[in-house]
Amino acid sequence: MTAVTLTDWTRTRPQPTWLGRLFDNKAFLIFLCLLPAGGLLTVFLTYPLGLGVWLAFTDTKIGRTGQWIGWENFEYLLEDPLFWKAVFYSVFYTAVATFGKFALGLWLALLLNNHLPMKSLLRAIILLPWIVPTVLSAIAFWWIYDPQFSIISYLAVDVLGVRTTYFDFLGSTWPARWSLIAANIWRGIPFVAISLLAGLQTISPSLYEAALLDGSTAWQRFRYITFPLLLPILAIVMTFSIIFTFTDFQLVYAITRGGPVNSTHLMATLAFQRGIAGGELGEGAAIAVAMIPFLVFATLFSYFALARRKWQQGEAND
Amino acid sequence: MTDATANQPETQSTATAVPEQMAWDSRARRMVTIYVPLACFVIILLFPFYWMTITSFKPNAELYDYKRYNPFLIDSPTLDHIYKLLFETAYPRWLMTTMGVAVCATFLSLLSSVLAAYAIQRLRFKGSQYVGLGIYLAYLVPPSILFIPLATTVYQLGLFDTPFALILTYPTFLVPFCTWLLIGYFKSIPYELEECALIDGATRLQILRRITLPLAVPGLISAGIFSFTLSWNEFIYSLAFIQSGEKKTVPVAILTELVSGDVYQWGALMAGSLLGSLPVAIFYSFFVDYYVSSLTGAVKE
Repeated sequence: MTAVTLTDWTRTRPQPTWLGRLFDNKAFLIFLCLLPAGGLLTVFLTYPLGLGVWLAFTDTKIGRTGQWIGWENFEYLLEDPLFWKAVFYSVFYTAVATFGKFALGLWLALLLNNHLPMKSLLRAIILLPWIVPTVLSAIAFWWIYDPQFSIISYLAVDVLGVRTTYFDFLGSTWPARWSLIAANIWRGIPFVAISLLAGLQTISPSLYEAALLDGSTAWQRFRYITFPLLLPILAIVMTFSIIFTFTDFQLVYAITRGGPVNSTHLMATLAFQRGIAGGELGEGAAIAVAMIPFLVFATLFSYFALARRKWQQGEAND
Repeated sequence: MTDATANQPETQSTATAVPEQMAWDSRARRMVTIYVPLACFVIILLFPFYWMTITSFKPNAELYDYKRYNPFLIDSPTLDHIYKLLFETAYPRWLMTTMGVAVCATFLSLLSSVLAAYAIQRLRFKGSQYVGLGIYLAYLVPPSILFIPLATTVYQLGLFDTPFALILTYPTFLVPFCTWLLIGYFKSIPYELEECALIDGATRLQILRRITLPLAVPGLISAGIFSFTLSWNEFIYSLAFIQSGEKKTVPVAILTELVSGDVYQWGALMAGSLLGSLPVAIFYSFFVDYYVSSLTGAVKE
């Protein structure tokens, strides 16, 4: 009786086919699982990255394969005042916009960390600028910055009466630069605020209670509890923010296209203008490659900030 | 006894001292330090959308006359701009293209990220952490430095000016993000469940399909909606790889096709921006929590 059931049982067990056995082979399975992602990233990310560096050393134009010309593109760029203007504005734009985003984003995160009614709805509303396509909100800003029908000018001149002339937001160098930075900060605040809010929520309330019993001031609680504990997540968010602000393209392209008189070109928009619109692929690639050192610097910044996290956790006193 | 009586007032005083110290949290102060700044933030963050919406429903006469009409309100709303957009331009085409590209790119990236994340986190091979690190680094490569060589690659592959150029290139920034997110999700699923299944004689693929994936559904949804939004918002690749007007995606088409000459049709532009933002905004409102969790999850990892 038992023997019969045993043979029955062994008989119903499916024999793995060669295909089944192949799929159970770990090495094959690893290869198969990594194939789609690896293939896509190799063909459309690693290869173009290498190709970009190669193109930077050639005089390729659209429709013509280039010759190796060594450092000529870079030498030309070093002499080009427009390139230096773009480098300056990229750094300036990144520095000011990052500072603004983090100052305001941290403030917003601290505000949201209080007990508030309808907190989740509030959080949803605040993330909205970040969800909507950048170009589309940039077009809205373009309209807000219109020289004749700007609503800000209307408020300042006709309602409040603090100015007599309309703002010329995008018509001259520095106002245009600041206007773009303002739009970038507007778009960046939600991301910073919501990520930092998540970091704030991981800080144990008992620390604040202990500090409160010790008679600390609000500033001391922020300085000695909130800020040090927030630092690791702050560093990561900042790295991402710096990288994506530095390589920003959409906002500038949509609002000013680099103008007036090429004063608001970022390196990315200049690369586009020279590389795709102007057809000088080699020179455009050289500008793009020139961005890499800055990005490496930002990534190293993240790496060392993460290393900092380790000693912070290891040493309780400091 | 005397000690006890001496202690009594003291404990009481500390008990009253705590609310006293909390007095900084009074109503008026709370109003000034929390609600007023918060209201300012919300107003500033939402104003461009309000302005976009109101502009797209205003007739042209009101749009350019702030003296006679209050610019913050609509006197006689009109659907002219939206009508013009939908029936006199290729806007519906652009919407369809964008939707198709976003869905295909999302599907493709989800498929490859699930497999890659499973291999890295669960199959645990030698050097799997380096593959993980490589994918993290790939996330740090911004599209702005890739688009020029990618344009030549796309051209060499004969994909220039086809939707496939976008469907195949969007995963370059979607796959690293999704993989990273899913690795985190897979990590949170107990490995013991898989070991049990292995002992019961399940194959690796069965485990992935029947155990790991069903448990990772929230992660999959997060990654999916995030990819969809990112693909919808993508601009630079679409601008560089697509040339013919009717094949463009919404963000690019609005900027390059609707902006013509020196006189901008602000009503139509704003209507186009509004309609282009609505699908993601609606999508977003259904899945807010997933967005927040994927955003914060990706940052925390």
